[in-house]
Amino acid sequence: MPKTLFDKIWDAHVVDTLPDGTALLYIDLHLTHEVTTPQAFDGLRAAGRRIRRPDATLGVIDHNIATDASRYTGIEDPESALQVATLEKNAVEFGMPLIPLLDERQGIVHVIGPELGRSLPGMTIVCGDSHTSTHGAMGALAFGIGTSEVEHVLATQTLLQKPAKNMRVQVDGNLAFGCSGKDIVLAVIGMIGTAGGTGHVIEYAGDAIRALDMAGRMTVCNMTIEGGARAGMVAPDQTTFDYIARTPGAPKGANWDSALAWWKSLPSDQGAVFDKVVTLAANEIAPQVTWGTSPEDVLPITGIIPNPADTEDETRRAQLQRMVDYMGLTPGQRLQDLSVDVVFIGSCTNSRIEDIRAAAAIAKGRRVADHVRAMVVPGSGLVKLQAEKEGLDRILLEAGFEWREPGCSMCLGMNPDKLKPGQRSASTSNRNFEGRQGPGGRTHLLSPAMAAAAALAGHLADVRDYQPQEALS
Amino acid sequence: MRAFTTLTGVAAPMPAANIDTDKIIPARFLKSISRAGFGKHLFANARFNEDGSENPDFVLNQEPYRKAEILIAYENFGCGSSREHAPWALLDFGIRCVIAPDFADIFNNNCFKNGVLPVRLPREVCEQLIEDAKLGGNARITVDLERQVVIRPNGEEHHFPVDALRKHLMLNGLDDIGQTLQHAAQIDDYEAKQKASQPWLVQA
Repeated sequence: MPKTLFDKIWDAHVVDTLPDGTALLYIDLHLTHEVTTPQAFDGLRAAGRRIRRPDATLGVIDHNIATDASRYTGIEDPESALQVATLEKNAVEFGMPLIPLLDERQGIVHVIGPELGRSLPGMTIVCGDSHTSTHGAMGALAFGIGTSEVEHVLATQTLLQKPAKNMRVQVDGNLAFGCSGKDIVLAVIGMIGTAGGTGHVIEYAGDAIRALDMAGRMTVCNMTIEGGARAGMVAPDQTTFDYIARTPGAPKGANWDSALAWWKSLPSDQGAVFDKVVTLAANEIAPQVTWGTSPEDVLPITGIIPNPADTEDETRRAQLQRMVDYMGLTPGQRLQDLSVDVVFIGSCTNSRIEDIRAAAAIAKGRRVADHVRAMVVPGSGLVKLQAEKEGLDRILLEAGFEWREPGCSMCLGMNPDKLKPGQRSASTSNRNFEGRQGPGGRTHLLSPAMAAAAALAGHLADVRDYQPQEALS
Repeated sequence: MRAFTTLTGVAAPMPAANIDTDKIIPARFLKSISRAGFGKHLFANARFNEDGSENPDFVLNQEPYRKAEILIAYENFGCGSSREHAPWALLDFGIRCVIAPDFADIFNNNCFKNGVLPVRLPREVCEQLIEDAKLGGNARITVDLERQVVIRPNGEEHHFPVDALRKHLMLNGLDDIGQTLQHAAQIDDYEAKQKASQPWLVQA
């Protein structure tokens, strides 16, 4: 029977099947960070258990850490400091490899996995973090888990799982001028809704997906969870193999050849059946911006704020009204007329070198509007070094952007980088939920190029009016 | 994990879809290294004003919902972040069951690991239960996991689906790591085969 990419990886990892159909699924890579692990290690300790495969486990500190120079003098917030120290202590006690806080490889867990060559095609990858879906861009089955499941994987290197259904999102044709992976995934979520993928694993296919670089594919898979699917995947191809070959963790010698043979066998078979198929035409996608407090409330940048009164369903109408009020909007207002206070370019969604290049290409030779605070937060120390090698930091600093240290930063409001109540941000992150970037903060999600354009304009702006005057080398 | 068998209690109505885990517990409260004590931050942004005082309009600040043991909501409850702090906060507040038309996958899993029962019922039943819940303390709702039914105050019963393995673990309050370790020999075999066929997956 023809199999999908998901079926193949799933089948290769079933250790045992329980009578009710639940599978005991083997986990090849377990990434950990400081926020969702302390209680799991407590559980291990209480039961006298150890980490079964320390070599298949890797920890990094990303959520709590400051992204300014203060990181070099210790963490100010005592609770954050304790959480970080707890991960460091647990790593020693349980023999878990941990990237030190001030190491050049430190960064956001979903940036460093692929970058270090630890996230590879055909693997099962988990992390106590919903954006683990990012690693599916490598052609892996990667999904977020809760802390009890973290403990389960630490102790057994397996998870109890029911198979997901297969969903294919097909993006045909070529992406239009000014658009990126971020615009694709926002358009997909706008189409299927935030629960459109619940119970499914999404495989992204079509010319527009094939044409994306690995960073673009990671952005698409990253936000798959915002469409309700725990995992998003892209079948591995030459783009994937070339990317892996440049990473320090790439299999070497004969291992490379046998790995490559396995990876090439992974793409979905001709005739494989998907439970759900959604098709989009790439050239119909315009640069996207969210206007509400759910990622599904998204519009092309040329759009206007909807009027809740036009909606018949009472619950939905109340929800729209709540969003309009919270976001400080007026129905009928043009998105491009919304002034922004803060621009945030970063997060596990968009902080890779390609994202920073895209922002710098728009910013080059221009100036951030006077009333805007614009931050660029590279996803890892290695991304930061690469950007500096290319001179992107200079371009951004000269344009008036802050050039910061790697971390989760303003994506989630648990470290010093937060919005103040009422502030409006243009953000390349993944969630525009109420209070996500800080209590009372108002978030508009968009691509790195669109965020850069908003920083220059001082309001949400159409990146197609801000194309680079000269190409970056 | 505390076993869940039957529960009869006050239900709090939260008639909204997409109640995300950032709403249930904002990230700034995730810094604790313990599982306990998150209840005081449950729904913090909606429940408390900026000065820390209670927002009297929020349902869990009203009688009898301060003692609610059940929440009734609409679609896609628990979407967003994977934080297990969300069910920990619900449980610590005293809520042991959430009833909604559907749940986000990770939140759903996390609930079962903590003795919080997510009950899926059709939207129209949830709408009826919201109306029941609005009656407050005089309209207690019963959730019977063994029989897989929710019983409205008027005696009407609604059957809900639940996975057999999860039901078993939940009824008996069992830890699933112990259950998995009964398969240790198969895990050993799997690892030996993988080490031979995919040696690049084993780090030196």
